[in-house]
Amino acid sequence: METKTIPHAEAATKFLANPARVQWHDETLWFVRYKRDKIVNEIPEWEQLRNLASQIKEHTLSQLDQYLEQFEAAAQANGVIVHWAADAADHNRIVHSILQQHNARKIVKSKSMLTEECHLNPYLEAQGIEVVDTDLGERIVQLNKEMPSHIVLPAIHIKKEEVGEIFHQHLGTEKGASDPLYLALAAREHLRQKFLAADIAITGVNFAVAETGAIVVCTNEGNADLGAHLAKVHIACMGIEKLIPRTEHLSVFLRMLARNATGQNITAYSSHFRKPAPGQEMHIVIVDNGRTTQLGREAFRNSLKCIRCGACLNTCPVYRRSGGHSYHNATAGPIGAILAPNLDMRKNADLPFASTLCGSCTDVCPVKIDIHNQLYQWRQVLTQEGYVPAAKTASMKAMASVLSSPARYSFAGKWARKFLRWFPSLALNKRLNPWAKQRDLPTPPKESFREWYQKNGGNQ
Amino acid sequence: MRVALFIPCYVDQFYPQVGIATLKLLQHLGLDVHFPMQQTCCGQPMANGGFEHLTHSCNANFIKAFDGYDYIVSPSGSCVLHVKDHLHDPKQEDKATQVRQRVFELCEFLTDIVQVQSLQARFPKRVAVHQGCHGQRGLQLAASTETVTPRFSKPLQLLKMVEGIELVNLDRPDECCGFGGTFCVTEEAVSAAMGLSRVADYTKHEAQVVTGTDVSCLMHQEGLIKRRKLPVQVMHIAEVLAAGL
Repeated sequence: METKTIPHAEAATKFLANPARVQWHDETLWFVRYKRDKIVNEIPEWEQLRNLASQIKEHTLSQLDQYLEQFEAAAQANGVIVHWAADAADHNRIVHSILQQHNARKIVKSKSMLTEECHLNPYLEAQGIEVVDTDLGERIVQLNKEMPSHIVLPAIHIKKEEVGEIFHQHLGTEKGASDPLYLALAAREHLRQKFLAADIAITGVNFAVAETGAIVVCTNEGNADLGAHLAKVHIACMGIEKLIPRTEHLSVFLRMLARNATGQNITAYSSHFRKPAPGQEMHIVIVDNGRTTQLGREAFRNSLKCIRCGACLNTCPVYRRSGGHSYHNATAGPIGAILAPNLDMRKNADLPFASTLCGSCTDVCPVKIDIHNQLYQWRQVLTQEGYVPAAKTASMKAMASVLSSPARYSFAGKWARKFLRWFPSLALNKRLNPWAKQRDLPTPPKESFREWYQKNGGNQ
Repeated sequence: MRVALFIPCYVDQFYPQVGIATLKLLQHLGLDVHFPMQQTCCGQPMANGGFEHLTHSCNANFIKAFDGYDYIVSPSGSCVLHVKDHLHDPKQEDKATQVRQRVFELCEFLTDIVQVQSLQARFPKRVAVHQGCHGQRGLQLAASTETVTPRFSKPLQLLKMVEGIELVNLDRPDECCGFGGTFCVTEEAVSAAMGLSRVADYTKHEAQVVTGTDVSCLMHQEGLIKRRKLPVQVMHIAEVLAAGL
C-alpha cells in the first residue's frame, strides 16, 4: 500500500473538491470534540489529571531503559516471550518468524497503529498469510484497500452508504443497504468466521505496566479479547513508549483515554493480559523504530508521551477539512505531523507546515504535549536541514532584508500600496496570487499609519 | 509611564485606521503614547515559515526601536506572542528579555495594567467576536474551550463595557479562522475552507459586525466576506472600543 507521496496541500485540495463531504467530515469530527468537551467538563479535576498524566509519562521517559528492562523481566517471569525490534523491518520479521514456528496462515489482528506504522499487513500478505483486521472501522478500510484515516476512527472518511457498497462487494450484503445495524451484524457474522479460523491473534498495546509485565488493550468492540482468547498464540506489538511504571497509574490514563478520545466514560473493554492461558503462548514485541532517536531530540522528546487518543485530530481545523489521508503517514493529524518527520524528514517535510499553529491540539492533549510548539520547531529543523524549496528560501531572505531596515521597509510598503492601487487586476490574478483565488485583497490606503502619525504627530 | 505603540507592519501599511484607533483609545485613557519610527516587523513571517534564523536583524531592529519604554502595546495578539516567545539577541540578551517582558497585547494591557473599569465607547450593533488563537491560547487572553478552567475573556470583558453593543454567541467560539501566516497561501484551499466556516457561523447568528484581536485573521476573513459580498462588516477590537470617542 506504499504509494507516491502527494504533498499535504495538494491532497487537501483534492479532498476539498467535494465541499458537502468536507462539511460532513468536519461536523462529524466536531461532534466528537463536542462530546469530549461535555464529558471532561464533568470532571472538575481534569486539568490536574492532565498534569499527573504528563508527569507520569515524562518520568517514565526519563528512565525508559530501566522500565523496559523491568517490564521485560516481569513479563518473562509471567511466562511471556519478549522480543526486541530495532525497526519496522525487524518487527515484521519477528512477527513472521513466530507465525512460521506455528505454521500459521490465518491471522486476526485488533487495532494497532504500530503495525500500521510498520506496514505489517502488506508484509505478511506478500508471504501468503491472511491478515484480517477485526476492528470494524479497520476492516472497512482494509476491504477498501486503504490506510486508516484516523487513530481511533479509522473509517471516519467513509459514509455508511459507501460502507454498504464495500460490504456488498466483499461480504455479499444487499445492494444499496446502508442501515448501520444491518451492516454491523453482517460484519459480525463475517468476523466470527475469521475469529474461529484464526491460528494466531495479533493485538496492539495501549499500556504496558513495568512492575507487573502486564499489558492493557482498550477496545470498544471486544475484538482484541475474542481474538486473543480463541487463538493458540497471542502476539502483542508495542512501541517502547507505551510503558507506565505501575498498575495504579492506569487509574489516571484509563480515566482520560476514552473521555478525551470519543467522549465515553471508559472504553467498553479495557483488557489486562498478564500471562498466557494454559496451553497458549503469548509474545510481546517491543519496537523502537525511531523512538530512541526522538527521545534524543530534546525539542521533540515529549511527543513520546502520546497515548493515541486522537483528540488532536478531532479538534484540528485543518485535519477536519483535509482528511486523514492528506497526511500520508500511518498517524495523521497534528500528532502525526510531529512524529512523521522523525521517521523520514524528506517525505514528511510538508506536514509541520500543514498547520496554522492555532494551538487547539496542545490544549486538548491529555498528556500535555506542546504539539503546536513542536510543529514550529520542526519547521526550523526542516529548513536548516535543507528540506524546503529554494524559491522559499530566496523569498524569505528578501523579506528579512526588507523588514529589518526601516528605510527599505517604508519604501517597499509605499510602492506595494501604489502597485495594488494601480494594478488591482494583476494583484487579483488567481494564478499569480493564491490569496486572490477566494479572497479579495484589502483596499490599499493612500497613507500608512506611520505617514499619518508623522503628519499628525500623534496629537489627537 | 511611557508607552510605545507597536503597530504590526501589515497594519501600518494596509489598516492605518486600526493604528489610529489604538492610539486614540490609549490617549483617551490619559496615557503617554509614542510611536517609535524605527519599528518595522516582529519577524514572525520568517520564523513561522521555518526561517527563525533569518530574524536576527529584525530582532535587533525591534529592540533598538522599543528599548527603554515602560510598556510596548500592540493591537495584535499574534505579533505580541511571537515577540514574547521568540525575540532574542545574543549580543544584547538582557535588552531582549526586557522587551519580551514589557510587550502587551492591547486588551490584556487595558484589563491587567491600566485596569480600566469603564469605557466611553458606544457601538449599538450585533457583534461576533473572533479571538485570534495566538492571543487566546498563546497569550491566554481568554480561556479556551478545550480546557476545564474558570471561564474568562479579556476582550469580552472590555467589549461588555461598550454601550449598546449586542454580543453574539457562536456555535464554535474559538475555532481557528485558517489565516495562519504563509499557510493562507501555501494551503490556500484549507485556509479558505476554514475561513468560510468561520464566516458562516457569523452569518448564521446574524452578526452585523465581526471584531477580533488580530488584523491578520480579520484581513483573511474580510477577503472572503468581500468576495462574496456578505453583509458583515469587519473591524478590529480597537476600532470598536474607540467607537464614538
